[in-house]
Amino acid sequence: MKSAVLVFPGINRERDMARALKLISGHEPAMVWHADTVLPAGTDLVVVPGGFSYGDYLRCGAIAARAPVMDAVRDHAAKGGLVLGVCNGFQILCEAGLLPGVLMRNARLKFICKDVHLRVERSDSPFTRGYNAGQVIRVPVAHGEGNYEADEETLKRLEGEGRVLYRYCSPDGAVDEAGNINGAAHSIAGIVNENGNVLGMMPHPENHVEDIMGCTDGRGLFAGLMMHLDQAA
Amino acid sequence: MKARVTVTLKSGILDPQGKAIEGALKSLGVDGIASVRQGKVFDIELAGADRAKAEAALKDAADKLLANTVIENYAIDMKP
Repeated sequence: MKSAVLVFPGINRERDMARALKLISGHEPAMVWHADTVLPAGTDLVVVPGGFSYGDYLRCGAIAARAPVMDAVRDHAAKGGLVLGVCNGFQILCEAGLLPGVLMRNARLKFICKDVHLRVERSDSPFTRGYNAGQVIRVPVAHGEGNYEADEETLKRLEGEGRVLYRYCSPDGAVDEAGNINGAAHSIAGIVNENGNVLGMMPHPENHVEDIMGCTDGRGLFAGLMMHLDQAA
Repeated sequence: MKARVTVTLKSGILDPQGKAIEGALKSLGVDGIASVRQGKVFDIELAGADRAKAEAALKDAADKLLANTVIENYAIDMKP
């Protein structure tokens, strides 16, 4: 799997992401600067990592979403290429119009930095192939604005088309108010675009990939992407 | 030429920051406040003198960047 990790000023999770990608895929990802206008030839996966691009000025992800490199990401996505946005990356993809909706201030206004449980809603997406449907995984979150909101019609479409891939849940997999850490609509932690090749999620799977991290539940996401690419090849 | 662009949350969009400010005002004992919604103000200086062009540029700026029209409305106010 050839991957490219975008780098914006203020991003701080790009190295975690690059380390996880190298560890799992065996290939060193390309680090692509926000002012670049092309992605490396043969890129399978573009990752928009987490952090605080442009210090969250204006709105989280708003300025990064208008960076020159985002046109190349848009082209890559339009051709069916895989795009993964994590945390600030999810916010950037929403601001760029690659995903619907918006990430609002956490319902209880607090920055949340802890491990959370996610229920994997389906296993037939490139982004969930490494898991079983209904499986509960544990991954960290670290965000102040992860409360996913969209209008009723959009939410209905997301649900109807099975585009919610990850939901916040309790450790036993129950999707309830207690498990919904940030007040997101329908407990949404991660969604895909219409074609299913662009995923945005608030939690950080790249931070649970090695034993030393105390948990390896995040590996399935990356392993699933590789299975998907192998099958497509 | 100068202009002010005001960006506000659409009605129905939950505004936790506005709610927190509202709560703080109440705890300060500021009377008579029913509710607060927080927005943003951009004071913009325009390079040319053509008013129509300036308005078009401001609309472009608001649509492309200043507002997220999924959740926000904006108003453009040209200064005399």
